[in-house]
Amino acid sequence: MSLLRRRKVPENEIQSDVEPTVDAEEDYKKSKKRIKEGKKQKWSCIDSCCWFVGCICCVWWILLFLYNAMPASFPQYVTEAITGPLPDPPGVKLRKEGLKAKHPVVFIPGIVTCGLELWEGHQCAEGLFRKRLWGGTFGEVYKRPLCWVDHMTLDNETGMDPPGIRVRPVSGLVAADYFAPGYFVWAVLIANLARIGYEEKSMYMAAYDWRLSFQNTEVRDQTLSRIKSNIELMVATSGKKAVIVPHSMGVVYFLHFMKWVEAPAPMGGGGGPDWCAKHIKAVMNIGGPLLGVPKSIAGLFSAEARDIAVARALAPGVLDTDLFHFQTLEHLMKMSRTWDATMSMIPRGGETIWGDLDWSPEEGYSPCKSKSRDDAAQISGHHENQTPESKAKYYRYGRMISFGKDAAEAHPSDLKRIDFRDAVKGSSIGNNTCDVWNEYQEMGVSGAKAVEEYKVYTAGEIVDLLYFVAPKMMARGSAHFSYGIADDLDDPKYSHYKYWSNPLETKLPNAPDMEIYSMYGVGIETERAYVYKRTPTAGCNIPFQIDCSADEEDEDSCLKAGVYTADGDETVPALSAGFMCAKGWRGKTRFNPSGVKTYIREYYHAPPANLLEGRGTQSGAHVDIMGNFALIEDIMRVAAGGTSEDLGGDRVYSDIFKWSEKINLRL
Amino acid sequence: MAAILRFRKLCFLEPVKSFEKPKNDEKKSFEQHPEIERVLEKPKSKKTKKQPKEWRCLDSCCWLIGYLCTSWWLLLFLCNFLPGLRVPEAPGVRLKRDGLTALHPVVLVPGIVTGGLELWEGRPCSEGLFRKRLWGGSFTEIFKRPLCWLEHLSLDNETGLDPPGIRVRAVPGLVAADYFAPGYFVWAVLIENLAKIGYEQKNMYMAAYDWRLSFQNTEIRDQALSRLKSKIELMYVTNGYKKVVVVPHSMGVIYFLHFLKWVEAPPPVGGGGGPDWCAKHIKAIMNIGPAFLGVPKTVANILSAEGRDVAFVRAMAPGLLDSETFGFQTLQHIMRVCRTWDSVVSLLPRGGETIWGDLNRSPEVENICYTSKARYLQSSSKESNGNDTDARRSFHVKELPRYGRIVSFGKEKSELPSSQLSIIDSKEFVREGGASRNSNTSCGEILSEYDEMSRKSIKKVAENDAYTARTALDLLRFVAPKMMKRAEAHFSHGIADDLDDPKYAHYKYWSNPLETKLPDAPDMEIYCSYGVGIPTERSYVYKLSSSDKCKSIPLQIDSSAYGSDNGCLKGGVHFVDGDESVPVVSAGFMCAKGWRGKTRFNPSGISTYVREYQHKAPASILEGRGTESGAHVDIMGNVALIEDVLRVAAGATVAVEPLRLVRMFTSEPLSKHSGPVTAV
Repeated sequence: MSLLRRRKVPENEIQSDVEPTVDAEEDYKKSKKRIKEGKKQKWSCIDSCCWFVGCICCVWWILLFLYNAMPASFPQYVTEAITGPLPDPPGVKLRKEGLKAKHPVVFIPGIVTCGLELWEGHQCAEGLFRKRLWGGTFGEVYKRPLCWVDHMTLDNETGMDPPGIRVRPVSGLVAADYFAPGYFVWAVLIANLARIGYEEKSMYMAAYDWRLSFQNTEVRDQTLSRIKSNIELMVATSGKKAVIVPHSMGVVYFLHFMKWVEAPAPMGGGGGPDWCAKHIKAVMNIGGPLLGVPKSIAGLFSAEARDIAVARALAPGVLDTDLFHFQTLEHLMKMSRTWDATMSMIPRGGETIWGDLDWSPEEGYSPCKSKSRDDAAQISGHHENQTPESKAKYYRYGRMISFGKDAAEAHPSDLKRIDFRDAVKGSSIGNNTCDVWNEYQEMGVSGAKAVEEYKVYTAGEIVDLLYFVAPKMMARGSAHFSYGIADDLDDPKYSHYKYWSNPLETKLPNAPDMEIYSMYGVGIETERAYVYKRTPTAGCNIPFQIDCSADEEDEDSCLKAGVYTADGDETVPALSAGFMCAKGWRGKTRFNPSGVKTYIREYYHAPPANLLEGRGTQSGAHVDIMGNFALIEDIMRVAAGGTSEDLGGDRVYSDIFKWSEKINLRL
Repeated sequence: MAAILRFRKLCFLEPVKSFEKPKNDEKKSFEQHPEIERVLEKPKSKKTKKQPKEWRCLDSCCWLIGYLCTSWWLLLFLCNFLPGLRVPEAPGVRLKRDGLTALHPVVLVPGIVTGGLELWEGRPCSEGLFRKRLWGGSFTEIFKRPLCWLEHLSLDNETGLDPPGIRVRAVPGLVAADYFAPGYFVWAVLIENLAKIGYEQKNMYMAAYDWRLSFQNTEIRDQALSRLKSKIELMYVTNGYKKVVVVPHSMGVIYFLHFLKWVEAPPPVGGGGGPDWCAKHIKAIMNIGPAFLGVPKTVANILSAEGRDVAFVRAMAPGLLDSETFGFQTLQHIMRVCRTWDSVVSLLPRGGETIWGDLNRSPEVENICYTSKARYLQSSSKESNGNDTDARRSFHVKELPRYGRIVSFGKEKSELPSSQLSIIDSKEFVREGGASRNSNTSCGEILSEYDEMSRKSIKKVAENDAYTARTALDLLRFVAPKMMKRAEAHFSHGIADDLDDPKYAHYKYWSNPLETKLPDAPDMEIYCSYGVGIPTERSYVYKLSSSDKCKSIPLQIDSSAYGSDNGCLKGGVHFVDGDESVPVVSAGFMCAKGWRGKTRFNPSGISTYVREYQHKAPASILEGRGTESGAHVDIMGNVALIEDVLRVAAGATVAVEPLRLVRMFTSEPLSKHSGPVTAV
């Protein structure tokens, strides 16, 4: 809208500008004569411009006035007139049922949704003290892009603040209620909880710096101690255990917290072995990437994942243009590679979970049929009649990165792979010419070639690949995260904090009364594997990119523009969000020795019916699910003291149990 | 609004730029032919009448608006590109260069009215305001729906807690009180300077609380005290076991005093921190503009909602609230709302006649009545102490203002010797409730308790010529019985005879420095930092209001009462030295004498320091609210004060000169007159 107007105004004005200027000049020459003659004076150009501006201003003000005078319920009224009466928001509904605030609630935001503000900066960031650099309007991205990138980047060696810069998370509920003006994240949930009596004292937003590795948030900001102290305070003042609601990466972060809080003092929080049992009633994970997100690979590998949350949503419009003159993606990559937290999202569990060259748990699933699915009756049992036809197409999701479409589809025995691990990295090309540094410059052409010649990478091999292309980043990250599966969980090495955020290498705390819910959306195509190609141009560019030309002819295809999609919530595949609760932790397993009860709650995605509904009340998308009425109702029932019986136990639309069956993991 | 402005700028700045040239050209050509310009203008205006088709009225309006807007944007545009005005270096930057870094965690405790309040649950009329600020910020709701706004801000008249169906809560975090309104800083400058030497969220905490509630109720309803305790303990542990430095402001000072007692008291009433909690966790308390012994302004505020400027309500009042925003009876509405706020009572003068003086004397006898300008000239000579006292003698006014009479009816009564006053024992006041002054039918809704009083009993109030700090309380109990009854369960205003009396374990005494002992923490330091050099309200001349109209307030300040030449009496108000809100006695007495050394109020001998800041008005408008201000709120931007706070926070103790007195302090008269207090 603003763009439109912007374009419109100058055009008009220029038009009216050109002719009268000539006139005006003549006017001045002849003005003496004219006045003597007493002729009519024409409007000068300035006058008409002023008139025009005045007109626009007046109209604008009148509109503004009308808008302000409009009663607040007007949009709702219009919506109801068009679409029929809206259902009561869950807060109102449950309040009528007599639910009241009971357990304190802790929110743990995910990656990128939490605001960051500046506390100390370089000269160029003058006047931005305590202003949001991340979140809000992102005004600074436009005004001083390089300065902004500079301040958002962490130190390449330590993964902490660069000298002279302190960017810190915003604290309080405002940190992540709205990501940008009008783009809610937690706001809807907060508003509904407030209806049944929640307020600041019984809700806590555990905002943390999502760029840091989890343990570093404690080292630098004492965030984990802060969360511990706040939960203890709320539990003490209310006398009830807390309900934790983490979202996205917050799920993994809270897993880390649960191990940290019970670990002994210098490295951990020293809460003792029964801290979780004493303080936590339920953990309600929303869209949790417990086993990682394939998208993050593409992000780390070529800064290209279709939409790594919002940075990518901005990218197509803003960042791809020549904002930094050139090399937007390279700048972005350099910045995001200093963020340790992105490495917490690399797929975990290797081939056992994600499948290898000729096998994957989701094979036989045809996500692209999702359109024909009706959200009402599709429970997994009905799904079997679809399998024959989808077997015709055989998607090898296990090949997370393949170079060329052929490699992605070839039979395993046909693949000729040359190991890249020992390949010699070429000398750097034109270091001087590149003003953006990333580790690809050190790899050189021969390195890139070696990578390409390995053809196909599975989930386990991808970690090796990243070690090869970004050794520095991975060296930093591997000190904080681990991606394997534990053989023996009692091995003392697993007390190191780098294993705490991996559900496959830790035991759940000893808290048999605790409940863990996995709540996530399904029914949206979610990135699962990529077809890559090597970019022809050498130089400063990233040498790889997704092969957008790789498309399936078939309309129902899962391969679109070089990306294989599977079922999920647009960001996290259902497998990653659901597996631990469906199988890994279900019952008493070695990952869950005390038998913490787990439940799966899936929400089938239904896009908003029309524009007036905004982002919809039945959405299953990764962030929009926070406005899903069914999900909000579930959380509120648990917060008001309900248990899994009140919710109705598992609620499944996808084939998550079937897929989990196929995964051969020792429990 | 800012968004609109920005949007507009976006839209129009470019076109505007392109006009710069032609406009200049035009100007030049006009400059060359000034006579043309003159002639040109005349025909134009004539044409407006002649050719209505071309220059219609609407067009010229548009033209005018467009012209104004364009030039405004042009100026704005130029302003943005001008190099910033030379700003004096912030104290934080200088101290950082001196090597100061963040050491002790800092806790900020805001005062009354400066903290923001937001809506969590409301009546239908407040639709769309969920989690929007009702108090603080831009106050737009006052204009849009004033009655709704008032309804949500008032508390329950019986309990002093939320009315049913309404939940208004304090905004948490640093945003709660960094800016009161856009551009009007409170803590922002201090926060920014602290950040310069390395402070951030993890070692800085704003203890925001609902300032309308009585202090103990903030714990009962919001657990605000528990929260503060937990936060201090957390910061103490996570910052390497460094004790915290607490910086309370205004009413926050007594709130924190309450906290000190609360935290060591055993549960369930107290926080159960044990007797050495303060010694273990607190390094220093740097009180800013402390209202330890109360503020006389509050009396006038409760009595007639008239105190010249109880912080901001009053600052807004002359412009906005006095106008007919609510149709009529703005003051009555405000009074009704204010009277539901228990915390207001915490600011009534404490210590009665011992501190504030009786009918004949007051501690400030030597106070010079100066206009602030005279004071300003004089302040430069403060170094030469001898000269200073001489100068002061010459400034002495003949008539000794009797500040002890906090409320007197009529100007003469405030000056007469006490023997000629007719003093009725205030206990004789009897409420004649039955004969209501206004028949209920004619007045409808009862707004204030005045409506329930008979005209006769009000007259009786006025017959008592003068009220001291002690009897003024009786007066208030008489005119506002409900409020005082509610609030006096939470606050006490006396002086303790025997501090070991077990009754003083009750929480209502905790916020009164004259009825509590300081905690046993000999290493702790208490600073009293406040501004001086501004005339501050100290006592009032009242009159009965003439109108017997329905719902009017029967008492009002006699604004016609003026003292001779540069007297302290102006518009019915006696002034003394202070920071515009808190008189020096209230702010400084405890640190200067009550707690100095080992006294019965300070058994462990906590060291106390008085730091005064001479007010200096900003030299020009560009300076904003000044960097040397001593005014109650503006002092938060005072460079010297900020430097003191920073030094203490960074670990200095001795580096701060122990006593920073702008002039000979009132302690001398105090020692003469406040007999019982000295009996330690």
